[in-house]
Amino acid sequence: MADTMQFDLVSPERKLLSLQVREVRLPGSEGDLTAMPGHAPVIVTLRPGLVIAVGDDGNNHEFAVTGGFVEINGESVTLLAERGHQRAEMTQEIFNEMMREAHVKRQAVEKRASSPGEEIVAAAVKLLADMEALGTHIGLDPKQASAPE
Amino acid sequence: MPSLKDLKNRIESVKSTRKITKAMQMVAAAKLRRAQEAAEAARPYAERMTAVMAGLTAAASGSDNAPRLLSGTGSDQRHLLVVMTSERGLAGGFNSSIVKLARNRAEKLLAEGKQVSILTVGKKGREQLKRDYGDSFVHHVDLSEVKRIGYDNARGVADEVLDRFENGDFDIATIFYNRFESVISQVPTARQVIPAEMPEEAEAPSAVYEYEPDEEAILAELLPRSVATQIFAALLENAASEQGARMSAMDNATRNAGDMIDRLTTEYNRSRQAAITKELIEIISGAEAL
Repeated sequence: MADTMQFDLVSPERKLLSLQVREVRLPGSEGDLTAMPGHAPVIVTLRPGLVIAVGDDGNNHEFAVTGGFVEINGESVTLLAERGHQRAEMTQEIFNEMMREAHVKRQAVEKRASSPGEEIVAAAVKLLADMEALGTHIGLDPKQASAPE
Repeated sequence: MPSLKDLKNRIESVKSTRKITKAMQMVAAAKLRRAQEAAEAARPYAERMTAVMAGLTAAASGSDNAPRLLSGTGSDQRHLLVVMTSERGLAGGFNSSIVKLARNRAEKLLAEGKQVSILTVGKKGREQLKRDYGDSFVHHVDLSEVKRIGYDNARGVADEVLDRFENGDFDIATIFYNRFESVISQVPTARQVIPAEMPEEAEAPSAVYEYEPDEEAILAELLPRSVATQIFAALLENAASEQGARMSAMDNATRNAGDMIDRLTTEYNRSRQAAITKELIEIISGAEAL
């Protein structure tokens, strides 16, 4: 069995990363997972989090994504992310903006939903919490981004 | 017969017009290259998205509780036309060809007794459609401040459309844009985005995928994104088409100005010659009279 596979990280605007990797660690919406060569074919949605691709030279490539989905089969992993930033490029400003988006989404959903216990509200609340966790994880302060009025 | 001075002024004015159209043509050429690159770069995402969606819809379309974005509302009475045009003019038939297509569709739907509402992206389409369909207007997305179309712009448009769908404002949404074929050919295109239309010939995925969470949950998350992706692709194609159309329009204008300058110069020279001849005749006949 080959010990590397093709990994593509694609955003709607361009390809962010394309290389041979030994493994990819992914923040799945129902729990983290690691894809290695020979993985069973699976399609998984992602929550906001850090994607870590270990290249065939052993270097780690870390990207913060705001969600999306990933298609895994034995030979390749394709990650479609709405937004992806290299960890080194993640500044407080970019993170604030992401947080604001999550806040706006939550407010919009809460306004429309008839009861606070509804599924879509829970999803939006979880999105916000995941986003906060991502910020804390990479050393950015989620409290700096306030919800817009 | 215009005087020599008038002719000279006109030649000068046409010359400066030619300079402007030439400059616009070159600017459009540079922008076209960038727009094409952007469209090219966006392709992998759209392709993967379509492939995954094709696999998913095949799995989910049979079930009863398929998302409404896929199965539709069960009615085709109310239509939303999303008309994407440019923010600026001077691009030949670019805007009018889209508007014409949208107008034909609207007329056809109205004749069939359907309801039509219109959402425009880009100033030019709004100006042209507002006159005839003022009552059907629901929203306008202004992109005049946008230098470079990003995914966020597309998502803004998609959110407007999806919000209205969630509220039950329409059953079927169609987007109108110009597909970029080449610099000289842009094809006005109508594409239905809600309910999602899957290409028939989509090949079955080679491997059988497992889904986590299940197919329907993924589908519910992906369908709105797929709408945004399609709108993004359309906006990019439109941007490339606009620059292509402007480039060929300005190329024509430059050539016309050149022809006009040639014609006016001939006329100017002829008048000048006539004036000289006239003066000579006057001198000679004056001398003979002595």
